[in-house]
Amino acid sequence: MASQLHVRVVAVEERIWSGDADMVVARTTEGEIGVLPGHAPLLGLLKEPSQVRVKLAGGDQLTYDVTGGFLSIDADGVTVLAESATPATPDAH
Amino acid sequence: MAGQVQLLRRRIRTVRSTKKIAKAQELVATSRIAKAQERVAASKPYAEAITRVLTALATNATIDNPLLTPRERVQRAGVLLITSDRGLAGAYNANAIRTCEQLIARLRADGKDVALYVIGRKGVGYYRFRNRPISASWTGFSERPSFEDARRVGDALLGAFVSGADDNGEQHGPENIEGVDELHIVSTQFKSLITQSAQAHFLAPMQVEEREREPGLRPAYEFEPEAGELLDALLPKYLNTRIYAALLESAASESASRRRAMKSASDNADDLLKRYTREMNSARQAAITQEISEIVGGVEALSASGSDG
Repeated sequence: MASQLHVRVVAVEERIWSGDADMVVARTTEGEIGVLPGHAPLLGLLKEPSQVRVKLAGGDQLTYDVTGGFLSIDADGVTVLAESATPATPDAH
Repeated sequence: MAGQVQLLRRRIRTVRSTKKIAKAQELVATSRIAKAQERVAASKPYAEAITRVLTALATNATIDNPLLTPRERVQRAGVLLITSDRGLAGAYNANAIRTCEQLIARLRADGKDVALYVIGRKGVGYYRFRNRPISASWTGFSERPSFEDARRVGDALLGAFVSGADDNGEQHGPENIEGVDELHIVSTQFKSLITQSAQAHFLAPMQVEEREREPGLRPAYEFEPEAGELLDALLPKYLNTRIYAALLESAASESASRRRAMKSASDNADDLLKRYTREMNSARQAAITQEISEIVGGVEALSASGSDG
């Protein structure tokens, strides 16, 4: 099982971020979900508006404000699709 | 004689300033093509990802959505035409409009009513001049379309499509929207810097290709929320993505078309300049020659009369 999660954050107009991470935390319409490497395939609609947190290996964390977002988890990793995704300001949470 | 020289000089000045404009437009268009192509490339990851997600959804769940089911009876078809806001783009707009006209004629021949949606001032001008009704139009972003623009267009089209053509002659249906039963889009595909072609495509109902199922190995997706709801949210976004992609490609085509038109305009201006300069020189020379021969003639006449006296 892969120990790293391959994460892509793509917005309609550009690719925002892609790389490896330890964990992705997002909130779907059903509730909060934390994705670790080896997660079962899943398609989720993100709550509106919501934040997606990408936890990196060094303990760092990237946070994005996402609107019109989807989450797709498959064998290749996690893809966050958003109409717009902007890095959140640090004091937002 | 001198009058002709002046006329030519004036004409040369005119051609030279026209050439400057054409040259500037050409340079601007050249840089715009590069930018537009970058934007097309930047939008690809999302387009690919959403297509993959839809395919996964289609392969894993039974799909039933108005956006995917062809209507039994198509009373009215919506046609979205993408043109440019500014002219000086060669045959770009003419080609798009001609393709659109052909599509409309074909739809009419099938007994379908046509509702026209137009993007870009040139298209709006064309139909307004001919007093043809336009259901809705959007202008002001043909060279730099943003996703927000695509979404505005998409929302309007979706509203019309979802409500459906349910009017009875004069009155529109319960939603009071001029509904449509299918949607087409006419946009210009950017094939290369030299070739762009206007094409008509089906926009809705959509056809999602189900991937060939590989035997045995098929990831069982979980859906949050359930597949039907997810699809309801996903399909409009997919529609907007399609419109956005068409807008971007059309913008790139517009710039490429304009660059080519402006390049041949400035080349042509060069030719004209050369010709007029030659004509002017020979006219000037002719004037000088004539003056000299007049003077010589005058001197000779004088000296002839002098020797006589």
